[in-house]
Amino acid sequence: MSSPASPPSRRRGKRGRGSNPPTPQDARSPPSQKRRTDDSTSTGDLQPMPTSPPADAQSPGAADALFSSPPQFRHSAIPLDFDISSPLTYGTPSSRVEGTPRSGVRGTPVRQRPDLGSVRKARQVDLHSDGLAEDIVATEQSLGQKLVIWGTDVNVASCKEKFQRFLQRFIDPLDKEDEDIGLDLNEPRYMQRLQEINMVGEPFLNVNCDHLRSFDENLYRQLICYPQEVIPTFDMAANEIFFDRYPDSILEHQIQVRPYNALKTRNMRNLNPEDIDQLITISGMVIRSSQLIPEMQEAFFRCQVCAFTTRVEIDRGRIAEPSVCKNCNTTHSMTLIHNRSMFSDKQMIKLQESPEDMPAGQTPHTVALFAHNDLVDKVQPGDRVNVTGIYRAVPIRVNPRVSSVKSVYKTHIDVIHYRKTDSKRLHGVDEETEQKRFTEERVEMLKELSKKADIYERLALALAPSIYEHEDIKKGILLQLFGGSRKDFTHTGRGNFRAEINILLCGDPGTSKSQLLQYVYNLVPRGQYTSGKGSSAVGLTAYVMKDPETRQLVLQTGALVLSDNGICCIDEFDKMNESTRSVLHEVMEQQTLSIAKAGIICQLNARTSILAAANPIESQWNPRKTTIENIQLPHTLLSRFDLIFLMLDPRDEAYDRRLARHLVSLYYQSEEKMEEEYMDMAVLRDYIAYARSYVNPRLGEEASQALIEAYVDMRKIGSGRGMVSAYPRQLESLIRLAEAHAKVRFSEKVETVDVEEAKRLHREALKQSATDPRTGIVDISILTTGMSATARKRKEELAQALRKLIQSKGKAPSLKYQQLLDDLRAQSDTAVTKEMFEEALRALADEDFLTVTGKTVRLL
Amino acid sequence: MPCVGDWLNSPLSIVQGIFAQNVPNSDWEKKVTEYFKEKLKENNATNWVPSLNDVPVHYLKPNSLVKFRCMVQDMFDPEFYMGVYETVDPNTNARVLHFGKYRDVAECGPQQEIDLNSSRTVTSERQTFYCVPVPGESAWVKEISFFASQARVSPSTSYTPSRHKRSYEEDEDMDLHPSKQKEQHMGNSCCSGGDIHGCVEPKRLETEASAGHHVISPNCSPPLDLNFPLPGEKGPACLVKVYESWESFKVNDVLEVFGVLSVDPVLSIVNSEERDSSTLDPVECMDTAEEQRVHSPPASLVPRIHVILAQKLQHINPLLPACLNEEESKTCEFVSNFMSELSPVRAELLGFLTHALLGDSLAAEYLILHLISTVYARRDVLPLGKFAVNLSGCPRNSAFTEHLYRLIQQLVPASYHLRMSIESMNHSRFIPHKDYTANRLVSGLLQLASNTSLVIDETQLEQGQLDTAGVHNVTALGNLITWQKVDYDFNYHRMEFPCNINVLITSEGRSLLPSDCQVHLQPQIIPPNMEEYMSSLLTAVLPSVLNKFRIYLSLLRLLDYSISDEVTKAVEEDFVEMRKNDPESVTADDLHKMLLVARFLSLSVGQTTLSRERWLRAKQLEALRKARLQQQKCVNGNEL
Repeated sequence: MSSPASPPSRRRGKRGRGSNPPTPQDARSPPSQKRRTDDSTSTGDLQPMPTSPPADAQSPGAADALFSSPPQFRHSAIPLDFDISSPLTYGTPSSRVEGTPRSGVRGTPVRQRPDLGSVRKARQVDLHSDGLAEDIVATEQSLGQKLVIWGTDVNVASCKEKFQRFLQRFIDPLDKEDEDIGLDLNEPRYMQRLQEINMVGEPFLNVNCDHLRSFDENLYRQLICYPQEVIPTFDMAANEIFFDRYPDSILEHQIQVRPYNALKTRNMRNLNPEDIDQLITISGMVIRSSQLIPEMQEAFFRCQVCAFTTRVEIDRGRIAEPSVCKNCNTTHSMTLIHNRSMFSDKQMIKLQESPEDMPAGQTPHTVALFAHNDLVDKVQPGDRVNVTGIYRAVPIRVNPRVSSVKSVYKTHIDVIHYRKTDSKRLHGVDEETEQKRFTEERVEMLKELSKKADIYERLALALAPSIYEHEDIKKGILLQLFGGSRKDFTHTGRGNFRAEINILLCGDPGTSKSQLLQYVYNLVPRGQYTSGKGSSAVGLTAYVMKDPETRQLVLQTGALVLSDNGICCIDEFDKMNESTRSVLHEVMEQQTLSIAKAGIICQLNARTSILAAANPIESQWNPRKTTIENIQLPHTLLSRFDLIFLMLDPRDEAYDRRLARHLVSLYYQSEEKMEEEYMDMAVLRDYIAYARSYVNPRLGEEASQALIEAYVDMRKIGSGRGMVSAYPRQLESLIRLAEAHAKVRFSEKVETVDVEEAKRLHREALKQSATDPRTGIVDISILTTGMSATARKRKEELAQALRKLIQSKGKAPSLKYQQLLDDLRAQSDTAVTKEMFEEALRALADEDFLTVTGKTVRLL
Repeated sequence: MPCVGDWLNSPLSIVQGIFAQNVPNSDWEKKVTEYFKEKLKENNATNWVPSLNDVPVHYLKPNSLVKFRCMVQDMFDPEFYMGVYETVDPNTNARVLHFGKYRDVAECGPQQEIDLNSSRTVTSERQTFYCVPVPGESAWVKEISFFASQARVSPSTSYTPSRHKRSYEEDEDMDLHPSKQKEQHMGNSCCSGGDIHGCVEPKRLETEASAGHHVISPNCSPPLDLNFPLPGEKGPACLVKVYESWESFKVNDVLEVFGVLSVDPVLSIVNSEERDSSTLDPVECMDTAEEQRVHSPPASLVPRIHVILAQKLQHINPLLPACLNEEESKTCEFVSNFMSELSPVRAELLGFLTHALLGDSLAAEYLILHLISTVYARRDVLPLGKFAVNLSGCPRNSAFTEHLYRLIQQLVPASYHLRMSIESMNHSRFIPHKDYTANRLVSGLLQLASNTSLVIDETQLEQGQLDTAGVHNVTALGNLITWQKVDYDFNYHRMEFPCNINVLITSEGRSLLPSDCQVHLQPQIIPPNMEEYMSSLLTAVLPSVLNKFRIYLSLLRLLDYSISDEVTKAVEEDFVEMRKNDPESVTADDLHKMLLVARFLSLSVGQTTLSRERWLRAKQLEALRKARLQQQKCVNGNEL
């Protein structure tokens, strides 16, 4: 509002202070504040009263008071910022005082704050009818400090003093905020902020209301209840301190205080009529933002006859066009000069309640926001923001010419401060700390819970209680939900180590795999659920779309990117086609996703855990086959899963009995018991969220030793039979699992118990999935190479036998395929299948020993 | 009854009276609701209130009391309004207090002005719901409630435009005619099934015509999309303003509201005027034109109802008392009376459905179970009590499914027939989505009220390619069947809305959609003329019997059910035994299914606990069904 006075220059005003001429002093369009400041160049222009509402004129005493009261810094904005009838006008006069001692102040223009006062005038109070004004002036002159703003209990002077004390003294070494980079927490926080303003030149002081509350409860209450009156007072206080300290600082305009995080932080749904005109903070998602709207703050009229000019301020959204020229008394001669009228930037934004805050089964509410000046275009549709502002309600006239009024108010929020909830995600600082706040009692409760010895078992039981048993699988998923610790090895060239744990469930159909997936998807905040059958590679990753309206290319993200920091549940993993699966390779190890499409080349983060479920190819699990053979997935992909569980239908009478009881109980259990379980889900969710954001375990000495031993042991098992049974990938898995288990205990250190459990779980999973069905030995190479070592050995032997057989046949250049197979079968002591035979042939062909063409085998 | 006219025709004057008496206190609001509650409790008073479902809006008197049976389609933002306001006469300075509740416009006399800054102004909050008639409501529901509520005019009489006169007449009539007549009308109306639309249709047409007329008139703007979930639906959409406990209502709830009808033309003028005159008013230009159109549509098209009383309906079957949970002797009596004749009704219904299913009694048995199934609870993600049936082996070309649907339509209060085809899957809107420009939830086929029967006809589906929309639609159907939920699309995120919809899939082979239980149809007879056969079936049923079927199906859904410990033990034993004998074919899933079948089987004969006998019968049914599937597989195998 300050400098750009004409519409053409208003865009500059929006963009940034840098481009603004500090004080455009051309006589053509003197900014409004000039009229009230004691700037000598514009004093001639000063028209003391013509534009101000009659209230001023009505009380000349007040005008006198203006001159006599102590110097202060809020001046020109007064007629717009406050209710004219508010004594604040008289309490904070100052502006006309000649020779304000601080030159810096004089040079720094005040910028109007439309965020504070745009509709205030609608609620004018007839103050002067009872002569209260005189009283106040008198009181002020005599007592000075006893003055309160009409209709409130705010005493300007003491309020200002308290706020200054707050700025100078507030220290809270414990409260660390993400923006506090480079702040010394043991020094007064806001003084450092002011210093920052001096250096950076951004004249906005963000004040955390929580700090204010801990400092002075009463001041905080006043701020919440009368933001319109209190914030200007804060402005004054801040400016006084600032220009005391940095008298030579040049700012674009005076500092504006922007409180945020008002404790009345609430869900949009809780807004009610009592909140009108109060300071509130609500969170939500921007769904629509309007074009920039130039809002006329002051109209400039010129008489066409005598060229006399006058200004008219906006009043309740309307400009009263003067019908008579005051100079020459011609009627209807005044015309509006657009170029010299004053405009401010304004933008309308629709905010929708965030999905988490919504009660089930209802549609989200929306609320309108008005952003002014430099807050315009700060947010885009889709952003999650916390908005601090003043809640307003304005009556709607049905028709300007009819006196009846629609009995409904229009409500909106004048934005004072935006705080992007997901800004951290955009900047990619540290994403583990999701913006989830816990009350102290909750944290206490969770910590209490974490001390229980059987917490791990308890949580595992609370997970999907309707699914029966499968405890190890639930434990695995639990660890997956917690995840490992993120490690950064970029400087040594290895990039990020994956912290996420991937799990594959395979097994008979109808063993509630999908149900487990659904449960997990419903449990985690950032979960995605897709089915391998219906999803394509683009649906999983990201695709480029042309916006039909703007013809702009837009990157649309798929399930994997959307579940960044969450869990992507993929059902029917086996039904997924080859190309789709191939994108998972990158995601599952590097945790990124590269896209090169339609001119857009980028790498997106996809730090997602994958929980997949696959059915066996033959619809029923064949226990005589290996995992790979059963689900026909490439081993390159399988080896990227930390845990592979088989969900088989156990054939056991006791189990059947328990299962039956469990299921029957499902069908008649009372609602109450279900309620209890629902509670458990909420606790579980919080527990996980807390652990994920606040617990970051590191390996302890003992644990490292235990891990090394475990790994060496694993390698040893195989080495006796000439095969490798563990690879570094398995070690990494173990580390992740151990870390996740430590997180379950809220422990900052990974200890031996964690390693023990990781080992146990890993072994359990291996036992299920990597057992060679022929030998019954756990063989990791099934997962890493797709074939067990014994199978490979047998293949080798068969090929050798075949070679011998062919060589024994002498010099025949070609042999009949069927003949050869029969001969081999006759010679071999084990059954030779056709497949085995072909494999052997292929192996020999690879050695350039022979070629196979159709039904004949040719020697080379 | 002297004051009947008063509280029906000008409820606001009653409110004014109560308001004037209690003005300084705020409990006048409570007294108003109590007053109307009392009034509506009086013998069948609810039937005297004209219903927006039956009577076209322009026949109703503005500011009179009306009722509306509807489904909440969308929820708009809460509104702040002047609960109490003060007017000033600028000449005499006389101040008068008014109430703004139940009104859209703050009224004041010609000489008065509203004092916006008065300290006595009370700002209150209310919530607006966008409501549509219950989607897929069967014709018979409309008709029966129509006769019930209009217990005074003969059904054939069409309305005359002079409606003020009419409504006075009606009021008088009401006093004269006891509600006994209701029965009689019902009897008449249901005389023939095929003919059933006959009496309702003219009225419906009229509504439609009048609606169409309104659509075209104002400024030739494109017709307003009333946002009905199902295509081809008619009836008024309504902005329902709720003043109390709106948190308890959810999207897709079925409500019956009693309130003040407001069709003030000012409401629609607002839009057109505002657009030209409000360039300076910052508040007005905030909403897009679309949003204004949606949020304040012409009152003639979308009337407003200011709710005095609202209640959630458990069901919309007019043959049942509205609320069964209340411990009123009347409802108890009704239930116990009906229970006493339950088994003959069941037998008759079974016979009827057996004929309808071409003589297949097993399929008919399953169809009954399906029709009384309802989701009674959810365990974490698992909905319990859903029983989606896939009726495979339906004859393809004889329009069998079409006629079967018509029969089902005669039995259930709300239903929809979804004919699957590549075309319809690719081009229809199944999932409701949020339109942010207009700021509303654009409805889709799957936005249905609880206990709606969705009959999916897969027999017409040809080979072809589904596009993205088609895949989404099929996935949505699958999710609906498996999890009983629909993920509404909010553009930036999805939101899950639980639902409770009975899905019956008719197909030739096994359906591509999931289902809880597949029953293969074995027709005993193939009638040469399907149409004739089916319509003769319907005419053969006495209307009173048909009504019993309807009561039967709606009532049994609402019964409680339990399993005793003893039977639990027995079931356990049985399961273990079955697993021992044949571990391959009996899984946990089968137990689930059997328990479901047992539950609905018990309920279908009016037993609220599981008995051993029923359990055995359930096992038997399942075995029969499975054997049939097995057999089918063999047949197919041989053919191939």
